[in-house]
Amino acid sequence: MFISLKRIIRAGWLSFRRNQGLSGVTIFVMVLTISLVTSIFLFRGMSSFLMDSLEKKFDISVYFKEDSIETEILKTKDLLLELPEVKSVAYVSQDQALEIFKEKHKDNETINRALEEAGDNPFLASLNIRAGSVSNYETINRFLQNARFESLIDKVDYYQRKPVIESFYSLINNLQRTGLVLTLILAFIAFSLTFVTIRLAIYSASEEIGIMRLVGADNWFIRGPFLIQGIICGVLAFLISLVLFLALSYSLSPKVLYLTSGFNLFQYFLGNFFIIFGLQILSGAGLSIFSSLIAIRRYLDK
Amino acid sequence: MIKFQGVSKIYPANHLEKNQTVALKDISFEIKDKEFVLVAGKSGAGKTTLIKLLIGEERPTKGRVFFDNLEVNKIKKGDLPKLRRRVGVVFQDYKLLPKKTVFENIAYALEVIGAPEEQIKTEVPKVLKIVGLEHCLQHFPSELSGGEKQRVSIARALIHRPEVIIADEPTGNLDPYHTWDIIKLLVKINKLDTTVILATHDQEIINSLEKRVISLESGRIISDKEKGKFVI
Repeated sequence: MFISLKRIIRAGWLSFRRNQGLSGVTIFVMVLTISLVTSIFLFRGMSSFLMDSLEKKFDISVYFKEDSIETEILKTKDLLLELPEVKSVAYVSQDQALEIFKEKHKDNETINRALEEAGDNPFLASLNIRAGSVSNYETINRFLQNARFESLIDKVDYYQRKPVIESFYSLINNLQRTGLVLTLILAFIAFSLTFVTIRLAIYSASEEIGIMRLVGADNWFIRGPFLIQGIICGVLAFLISLVLFLALSYSLSPKVLYLTSGFNLFQYFLGNFFIIFGLQILSGAGLSIFSSLIAIRRYLDK
Repeated sequence: MIKFQGVSKIYPANHLEKNQTVALKDISFEIKDKEFVLVAGKSGAGKTTLIKLLIGEERPTKGRVFFDNLEVNKIKKGDLPKLRRRVGVVFQDYKLLPKKTVFENIAYALEVIGAPEEQIKTEVPKVLKIVGLEHCLQHFPSELSGGEKQRVSIARALIHRPEVIIADEPTGNLDPYHTWDIIKLLVKINKLDTTVILATHDQEIINSLEKRVISLESGRIISDKEKGKFVI
């Protein structure tokens, strides 16, 4: 058993060394496949970061009638926080609203003069609500339309923001769907490319396989060296890809950070290192073992 | 040792050949242990099919093939390597592994049976000496002449000391000088008590050897004689 394993490994290694051209092409195609899979993973991480940060910019405001009592507003805030769809609620009193407005327009004299002429504080107290997801705003709005809030709430600006929220929501949905389809197509192309390359490599050795069978080699003794050769190619392709992506993510990280306003590519790479490691080794060595087994079965079944 | 009982092999029609091909028809014969048998016949007479049936590469359409007490056509695919390890086959086109050296090609036949490394290291040079190629140990098949390739092929067939050596037109691609080299080698192997089956259409070889000759024509045995002559 041990001696056979040793011979299979040695034959696989020799075959890898003696078929340098073919091994080189196989490794190249595998590096392409692994790079594609890794890029898809990194791109998904980056796009979900972008979508999250855009989502965070959305909120809706509930304006309370002028005569509303603060305790009633705070009670509404607590009720809102009990909803699973609500992520955070911030209370802005009438005075705070006025301060914020003044601060924002401190350089605009016309506005400042208009405020002085108005005399009273024209602003209403409000609650700024952030939902866990864009799709939750509709539920939160429905909750606020309840009759018990009728005497308290002046208006909810959901309907003003609805078109923007809905188009963003559909954009996210479309992006996710397109991303998934694109990922599947690219993964299929990458896997097919590797599969076909390995199949061609084994096809070129079909005559040798026939000779091995005639000499009395059993199936594992024939299959083994091809698997070892595939594993060597897969592992080398994995190592090349890993180093390539480490270097790329490190060097591109500052640019990506600037372009996405906060996505640290290198940190993301390191943070997900074991997932990327698994993905790469699976799409490298795993795929080559799978392809070799399928391709060689054809010639062993003859 | 080897027995063919009413064996027929018919290849069905396909997209290239509209009619079915009868390669062997109702063949029966027996080969005893340590015999040297020549299977003679023109190209297409059924010599190669007969050998393929014997090593389980093909299954008969009718009849039974025995190797000792084993019925070859009933051996499962997974068990065929065990049968093939008891036989050494020499082919007209050598069938050497092109990416392996001469040493590795011969050692392969020992490796598949799980022979220890020490045995491989001592036996391979010995058998290469027998076939006169001790200086070609590290050569690749592409660096050898036709005669040398065939001698490597014989060395590989010999190395694991099989009970039978089957040679299918082993001299078909060789010049007369190398032809007799190979034939003398097969005779020598037979003298060392190994059964030899030699398929050939070479009149000179058949007439000179004065061994048993089974003559085939269109898939049928037309003669089977001890110390036979070329009759086709």
